[in-house]
Amino acid sequence: MRGLSTNKLRSALTVLGILIGVGAVIILVAVGNGSSQAVQARIKDLGTNTITIVNRGRFGRGPSTTGTQSQAATITAADITAMSDPDQAPDIASVSPTVSSSVTASFGSASTSVTVTGTVPAYLEAEDYQVEAGQAITSTDVTQHAPVVLIGQDLVTNLYDAGANPIGTDVYFGSARLEVVGVLANKGSSSGVDLNDVAIVPYTTAQDLLTGYTDNFTEVIVQAKTSKDVNAAEDEAENILASANQTTVADLPFTVINESTLLSTSASTNSTFTVLLGAVAAISLLVGGIGIMNIMLVSVTERTREIGIRKAIGAPRRAILGQFLMEAVLLSFIGGVVGVIIGLIGSRFRIVGVKPVVAPSSIFEAFVVAVAVGVFFGFYPASRAASLRPVDALRYE
Amino acid sequence: MMPPLDGEAPASVIALRNVTRMYRMGDVEVNALCGVSLLVEPGEFVAIMGASGSGKTTLMNIIGCLDVPTSGRYWLDGVDVRSLDETHLARIRNRKIGFVFQSFNLIPKTTALSNVELPLTYAGLNAKERRRRAVAALEQVGLADRQNHLPSEMSGGQQQRVAVARSIVTNPALILADEPTGNLDSRSSEDVMGIFADLNAAGRTVVLVTHEADIADYARRIVRVRDGLILSDEQTGARERQIVDTAGAGIR
Repeated sequence: MRGLSTNKLRSALTVLGILIGVGAVIILVAVGNGSSQAVQARIKDLGTNTITIVNRGRFGRGPSTTGTQSQAATITAADITAMSDPDQAPDIASVSPTVSSSVTASFGSASTSVTVTGTVPAYLEAEDYQVEAGQAITSTDVTQHAPVVLIGQDLVTNLYDAGANPIGTDVYFGSARLEVVGVLANKGSSSGVDLNDVAIVPYTTAQDLLTGYTDNFTEVIVQAKTSKDVNAAEDEAENILASANQTTVADLPFTVINESTLLSTSASTNSTFTVLLGAVAAISLLVGGIGIMNIMLVSVTERTREIGIRKAIGAPRRAILGQFLMEAVLLSFIGGVVGVIIGLIGSRFRIVGVKPVVAPSSIFEAFVVAVAVGVFFGFYPASRAASLRPVDALRYE
Repeated sequence: MMPPLDGEAPASVIALRNVTRMYRMGDVEVNALCGVSLLVEPGEFVAIMGASGSGKTTLMNIIGCLDVPTSGRYWLDGVDVRSLDETHLARIRNRKIGFVFQSFNLIPKTTALSNVELPLTYAGLNAKERRRRAVAALEQVGLADRQNHLPSEMSGGQQQRVAVARSIVTNPALILADEPTGNLDSRSSEDVMGIFADLNAAGRTVVLVTHEADIADYARRIVRVRDGLILSDEQTGARERQIVDTAGAGIR
């Protein structure tokens, strides 16, 4: 052990190599982990079993060609009914047509801009909105064109004094005066979109007062029965819309956003990312191990004479081997312990916008690998020391 | 004094027969020993003399099991060392031989006591017994008050006496000294040689290498070596000296 304490700086630098390796493994795996957990949470927020169908308008041959005119694609109330029919679409749980409009909301002297979504009650479940206070909009509200609204947390903060109860108050959305019947629970944000900046009204009301009437919805949220049925539900919805528009699914000018597909792609990208980060960190651990080997070789060379003395007074091979191996393992052990501590401290900070989540297995693995690296890279220098012939070692200057 | 025939285990402490040692230095073969035969009986005090390059240090290294002969045979205490593996050789160096070097060869930055304890560590003794015997060995060389000094804090003579204490701490039958006074002033040389004389008087076999005649005078037998061969081998009377304490207090 004396060899380590006499060269404190050198030992410290060697330990640093292992320390950085272990710390990097723990932190980088935690970052990868945190990032995929964030994606998982987002999948949950968005509802994994919904698809969004957006109507881009026209299909058929474009205006640049002569002959056949292109024609407008539509999603009508009849299509909605067809998609909601369990016989025609067994995997679809609900269909929520939406219309939306950006308006200025005002209450008293306060005002703020907001996107009003006109829809049906099923939309709340499909998009995972919870009503925190008051009540949700009902299908009766939809049929009666009731002037009611559900407001998100942003509107509550922007329009009302702290502590005020918005339920039962009337808020102007543009020129439309709507009664607040419920407040939505906080939903956080996703991909930079603030999910609290919403107001939800019956679509009939929205058409009456905000967007104007049309029997053509630009956006429909389809909720599958379970997350496994999402793809089947998508096929059913597309087939119904294709036949209604007398065309093929391939020609439909609809953009289908299947959140679960997007997010599972993103999740698998993330796990690849985690493996990559871990691999980079593991390489630095390996480099740290080479550092140990380097320093142990230097140490063996420097202490050749000492090894000769020890052998001359009767040190057996395994005593010399044990001594040098012990020193190498001690270096890597200290590096491992401090590395774990640094890794745990480092994982408490947000790194590139990701809250790292430490994987307990990464701590254990990094530590064990560090010590194993010490044994592995310490073994060669140690056995070189142990196999020196005493007469040669003593003659070494 | 002829070496024994093949197959006989000699009763001598050291029995060399036709030992050669050849080194290869690049393309050149150097014959350091060209057939040396030698018997040393228990309790002898032998000085091996010769000029530098005569092969006396090589001879010493072979006797001390630090090096192996290229050809010929060597029995140490009746055991043919050629038949021993590295582990057994280490044990022999530890238990049967005490080696003292010209350049002291203490482990640096380690106290006198720890240096003396070291062979006992390799012998597998417990800490308490190690300490007891190491303290006794240091007392024997008159350095009881220097236990916790580092080699760098001691004079050459003191360092060599620590080295002698280290060589006798395992209670070996054979003590080998390779120019033990080569780096010492005459006063320290006398101290160290006195200790060797005392050890020999207490029954230990002592073999030392030197090129100084007055050091060789302490021995009772002088073997002269030249060009890898034994030139002469003569019994001499030991120098007149007064042994104060045969138990080995080390004070003359």
